[in-house]
Amino acid sequence: MSNNSYATLEQQPAIKGLANTPLVNVVRGAIPGPNPVGIEEHDDVGHLVLRGDATLLASAVAEVLDLSFPDQPLTSCSRDRICIRWISPDEWLVTVPGNETFSAESSLRHAIVGHAAIVNVSGGQTIVHLTGEHALDVLMKSTCYDVHELNFPTGKVITSTLAQAQVIIRRLDSDQFELVIRRSFADYIWVWLRDAAAEFGVNG
Amino acid sequence: MLKIHCPYCQETREEEEFHYSGQAHIARPSDPDSCSDEDWGNYLYFRKNPRGRHMEMWVHAAGCRKFFNVVRDTITYEVEQTYLIGHVPRESTQ
Repeated sequence: MSNNSYATLEQQPAIKGLANTPLVNVVRGAIPGPNPVGIEEHDDVGHLVLRGDATLLASAVAEVLDLSFPDQPLTSCSRDRICIRWISPDEWLVTVPGNETFSAESSLRHAIVGHAAIVNVSGGQTIVHLTGEHALDVLMKSTCYDVHELNFPTGKVITSTLAQAQVIIRRLDSDQFELVIRRSFADYIWVWLRDAAAEFGVNG
Repeated sequence: MLKIHCPYCQETREEEEFHYSGQAHIARPSDPDSCSDEDWGNYLYFRKNPRGRHMEMWVHAAGCRKFFNVVRDTITYEVEQTYLIGHVPRESTQ
């Protein structure tokens, strides 16, 4: 791709106030309870979808992001705030800190040689973290996937349904989960998660 | 609820994540201009509706979004095997 002409757009310019999280209108704040679940949005994140052949993308990802490449199904590799997730045999989701999105996209474009696609989908999805002893219980109420630690260990990434909306779930730790949710379902899922966690309490 | 093994995710998942996509192995006539109306009509409109072993396509809609083939028993709903598009199913063991 390095010698081809292409058009890219800085989607998150340094002007403050242009971009809103899809959760701009939702109710936040704590719900008192015995053992509260943390429900926290991480909106300052750039999302890049990589599509193409694994062997083609692996070297570029290693070079630009300094990450090994998750070529096995349902795996992920992460370092600091950078993460790459296996989504499908020819699709990966990369997240980087929001202000590094454009430079990461440009560098990947230059580094990838051959037929591949990179799309900035930051505006189409957002990330919610579930933490706490009862985070697992909230997930068990919401998704049809078996999230027991034996089946879903730390670092594993699955795409499934959460309250019938599509979600990408990654286990960060035994009681920490990362949900990548669609923009158009974000407020619905936010309300759902708060309702599901209400019996344990919510850390706002 | 069916449990379906996705050959791409290499995991058995709930039916909720999948969509049915019709009968598998429907070959388009190689030369549509010279095939008979009957052959074309059969290709376009006529589908099997067997009582028993059926080969069908499914898509992992909420997962990896890939299409693959499934052999399913239409009486017992048992999913016998799943395999990649372009491949042939293993012989039935029953």
